[in-house]
Amino acid sequence: MTTAPTAAGSTGRRPRGAARRSRAGTAFVAGYLVLLIAFGVLPTGYAVYFAFTSAGGTFTGFDNFVTAARDFRFLDSVGHVAVYLVCWLVSLVVFVVGLALLLHRLAADGTGKALRFLYYVPGALAGAAGVLVWLFMLDPTVSPVRPLLAALGFDTFGEVVAPGNLPVLFTVIAFWTGAGGWIVVMYGALNNIPRDVMEAARIDGAGAWQTARRVQIPMLRKWIVYMVILAFAGGAQLFVEPQLLSLASVGVAGRDYSLSQLTYDFAFQLNDVNSAAAISVELLVVSVSAAALFVARSGFFDAD
Amino acid sequence: MRTETPAPRRLPSGAPRRLPPRLLAGSVLAAFAVFFVLPVLWLVLATTKTDRQLVHGSPLSFGSWGALRANWDALTAFQDDAVLQWLGNSALYAGISLVVTLCVSVPAGYALAMTEFRGRRALLVSTLVVMLMPNATLVVPLFLELNAVNLIGTVWSVVLPYSFYPFGVYLTYIYFTTAVPKDLLAAARIDGCSEFDVFRRVALPLATPVIALVGFFSFAANWTNYFLPYVMLPENDQMPVQVGVTSLLSNVPSFNPTVGSLAVERPQLALATLIAVAPVLIVFLFAQRFLVSGMLAGATKE
Repeated sequence: MTTAPTAAGSTGRRPRGAARRSRAGTAFVAGYLVLLIAFGVLPTGYAVYFAFTSAGGTFTGFDNFVTAARDFRFLDSVGHVAVYLVCWLVSLVVFVVGLALLLHRLAADGTGKALRFLYYVPGALAGAAGVLVWLFMLDPTVSPVRPLLAALGFDTFGEVVAPGNLPVLFTVIAFWTGAGGWIVVMYGALNNIPRDVMEAARIDGAGAWQTARRVQIPMLRKWIVYMVILAFAGGAQLFVEPQLLSLASVGVAGRDYSLSQLTYDFAFQLNDVNSAAAISVELLVVSVSAAALFVARSGFFDAD
Repeated sequence: MRTETPAPRRLPSGAPRRLPPRLLAGSVLAAFAVFFVLPVLWLVLATTKTDRQLVHGSPLSFGSWGALRANWDALTAFQDDAVLQWLGNSALYAGISLVVTLCVSVPAGYALAMTEFRGRRALLVSTLVVMLMPNATLVVPLFLELNAVNLIGTVWSVVLPYSFYPFGVYLTYIYFTTAVPKDLLAAARIDGCSEFDVFRRVALPLATPVIALVGFFSFAANWTNYFLPYVMLPENDQMPVQVGVTSLLSNVPSFNPTVGSLAVERPQLALATLIAVAPVLIVFLFAQRFLVSGMLAGATKE
């Protein structure tokens, strides 16, 4: 290790080097800082301003939040989103980490490359395109998995999209488009674990399971935390899936299902940008609190 | 995968027990491959069918080249090659923002990970908070902001917001904190490198995998973004392909019964969807080599 001599030998020069480095650090982030303020902080601040003012711009305290919460659809959609979030986060973490580990361990060279590509393919169909494809997949009249749907006892589209099934269906769709990208990220991170660490684990007699649990997963920690934070926020904003489903089922299923749909309804149907902003601010507060919890518990911001 | 290789007779008694888990793992990987690919396969095959075949034929059958040809002709005939124009627009928007994103995000992620400066933590926190903000909510403030500087309807109204890519900054940040040892940079400084040289000559070459990752995800995110260009670029000849395709959707009779003779059929919609996403897949295929190479393994051996 080379750290010890530098720390001991150059104490006199240290402040100057640190100052130089600090200036360089500022220079490196300057361009990003401009974009962050212009297209991140400013619009976010604007939205928060909307949430606490009336359409005329006068300060109204929590009135918008009360209006939104009193809406008869509000509590239902909170419940829907909560159930969906549990399904989505659990399946994402378990399967993404599991698949990345399996791929890394088993599939050598060509096969692994091909599988990573196949897993990623639906990622290109993010958003509306992917949901459209799934509307066909879930419709027993045209679906290629008709036998599977029949075996599960579903004969019509209406039965498939029964309210009780929706959290699972939305999870399947979101996983289908979203998991591949994360598998690529995790696989890359696994590749970056130094070979001697893996070798040491093997010499110590650790099997596949032990190595994964005691060496690989701890080293993936930051990536997993990051994925969970973003997946939580993304999941809380669930929108395209229920929106298109309600379009396809003519309002039978998925209508006013999620909080984001309610936001959309307030902003574009009722012309109430302020209540819409209030719901968004609530979503933001929940996501940030969850993120803060994860960050605090994992040392995510430590520079080492 | 090599599940069938071992010569059965000479193996020690532990070996037969090792085979089933391997087989099990292989089938899990295969099952997920089917799950991810089957709907895509269906989509590809749907482009070769007529609307009638789509409903009455077997779901995973091939239609005919003639039907594919007819779908293509019908699609390009829609508003005089509008589809090709949309593809060009998408490439322009995603391309410019890709370049700006890389020039801005990679140095920022590096500085956040490897240097200490005033406001570092504040920057990390605010980036994360902004990333968690519901996207749909940001569109209205962004519109008002860009309207104030008269950029609505110009290329910059989407390119500039796209270039702000906090996700990429975090990817770079995590990559540098987990995969690049600080010793390496310290060594370069002792050798007399300036801070900029340390970044350019030491950190940047090591960061190839993450640069590829950020570049690819930025390209894919911008290519598939829908809501922002939908609001910022209302003119038909400025639309990116994602917005264009959904304008086709509203002309499909089975989704919107009110359209008349200009109707677009479902297989044509499938074809349009496929064309809209193909560039992302092609870029992924070429970038994959860089995305997962563990270049750093062994960079700091004591």
